[in-house]
Amino acid sequence: MSVAASQSRPRRGLSIASPQRRATRFWANVVLTVIGLLFAAPLAWVVLASIDSAATYQVAWPAEPTLNNFADVLTPELTLRPLLNSLLLSTGAAAVTVVASVLAAYPLSRYRSRFNGPFLYSVLFASCLPITAIMVPVYSLFVQMRLINQPWAVALFLAASALPMALWMTKNFMDSVPVSLEEAAWVDGASAMRALLTVVVPLMRPALSVVFVFVFLQAWGNFFVPFVLLLTPDWQPAAVSIYSFFGQYGTVAYGRLAAYSLLYSIPVLGLYLIVTRGLGGSFALSGAVKG
Amino acid sequence: MTTTLSRRSDPAASEPRRARTRVGARVTPVRALPMLPAIGLLLVFLAGPIVWAIGGSLTDRALTGVGAAKPEYVGFDNFARLFADPVLPLSVLLTVVFVVGSAIVGQNALGLVLAVLFRAGSRAVAGTVGVIVVTAWVLPEIVAAFVGYAFLSADGTLNGVLALLGLDGPNWLYTLPMVAIILANTWRGTAFSMLIYRAALDDVPPEITESAMIDGAGAWQRLRFITLPMISGTIFTNLLLTTLQTLSVFTLIWVMTKGGPGDLSTTLPVFAYSQAFSFGDIGYGNAIAIVMLALGAVFSFAYVVSLRRRGGLS
Repeated sequence: MSVAASQSRPRRGLSIASPQRRATRFWANVVLTVIGLLFAAPLAWVVLASIDSAATYQVAWPAEPTLNNFADVLTPELTLRPLLNSLLLSTGAAAVTVVASVLAAYPLSRYRSRFNGPFLYSVLFASCLPITAIMVPVYSLFVQMRLINQPWAVALFLAASALPMALWMTKNFMDSVPVSLEEAAWVDGASAMRALLTVVVPLMRPALSVVFVFVFLQAWGNFFVPFVLLLTPDWQPAAVSIYSFFGQYGTVAYGRLAAYSLLYSIPVLGLYLIVTRGLGGSFALSGAVKG
Repeated sequence: MTTTLSRRSDPAASEPRRARTRVGARVTPVRALPMLPAIGLLLVFLAGPIVWAIGGSLTDRALTGVGAAKPEYVGFDNFARLFADPVLPLSVLLTVVFVVGSAIVGQNALGLVLAVLFRAGSRAVAGTVGVIVVTAWVLPEIVAAFVGYAFLSADGTLNGVLALLGLDGPNWLYTLPMVAIILANTWRGTAFSMLIYRAALDDVPPEITESAMIDGAGAWQRLRFITLPMISGTIFTNLLLTTLQTLSVFTLIWVMTKGGPGDLSTTLPVFAYSQAFSFGDIGYGNAIAIVMLALGAVFSFAYVVSLRRRGGLS
């Protein structure tokens, strides 16, 4: 801590490095470190238990680090098929959501209508409603329509549940695509859909990948929806299969549970990193028009 | 979710558009046609279930048996039963405790404290702690639930640390189930509020706090009388958003306590699920769903109104 405290380099343009300020920094660092350790301890368990052949529920340094836990869970029926199912469900849901929101955002962004405001507010309202509240009626609706155990229907439901937020994001992103570029396409005689496809969508690629990843991550991490709607193991995603594993072996095979949790989480962490670092918050399109 | 809070209306979009182009023209049925897929999805999968819930709550539909094959109209029997059920007030109370404990006190207060400390602490410490807190948030909910389960179980890490201090920790998941799920949900959700508040604090012009500093205001006074009032809009909106997110938490509670022991951590989503699927009473589960939706609608409406007041829609 003393190293951190001795760094008296001021951060926000303030040129006074008073002793009082240094003390503030020291205590801020102390409190931050304590909170950081409290947040890190549960995370340390997943990582350490996954390479420990004798893992318990406590954070402990593995006596003999091993990859056996990973080798044990990496079987087709336990992890590989569920992970593939997760990938298919999430990709399907994200693709449907992005296409539907781009199509719907275009008229909302480019044409005037007195229904735009009320429509967008209803969408925003819907995006906040607790999805868990409708799972019981969704289940009985799916039973009636014979959609239980149909992966495509579950993907469509996941798409619909993410759609309000995705549509809202897409509409705002589209508003910041300059209209002047499209006007050139209008003059050249392009139809609205053609202008959308050839001018707007390419400019929005970074923004749309943010929306795609946003929906993908939500679908990938969703446990409740497939838990209620997919009852046979054939199509169950990793979220449900890891829960069954926990129910059967969770109280004995701690190490394997941790290894499976890591395998299931790594794609999420990777995608999150890509979006926050790589895509730069999707403001790349502001450079399309100069002057 | 973050975009709704940091959204700014784009100046170019609100400029009056030239009338000679079709851009900015009135919408016609043909021009609105591309909205059909989205509207269809929303109607079938979101509006449909809500209408279905209202219909289903008026029947004795069951998971199996006679009620599954031929559900009958029972009027408001399910609601009469629900409002006489002693578990409902308990469940509402537990939901309120869960929301206040984990969303308002836990996530918002801790998130704000972290955001403030990030500005005071050194960059390396702030950066590292930020990454750790965000990692907990990015993990899938079910993994967060396992992690919370392991951390708080009788022979978990927390009790291990307490034992080092000579304290004998309880079985958190069993004796203090609400404390356990509140801690877990705070651990999981704080990053969201932290990111929102960090962005809000960065938007406060430094000149204002500097001038207060020259006037002799201490760090606490600057925070209390200048910074916090300036971000009060963000605080209110974020309180509503985290409340809504926390109202719908199911997985975390289901994995950690299954609503137990007894009904002692049965929040509304767990109550609806266990009535419908563990006890097979779909009609009753629908009635609970309606209560939950009504509760969510109140907060959701407040959120939309608050965003509109702040000029949310261009």
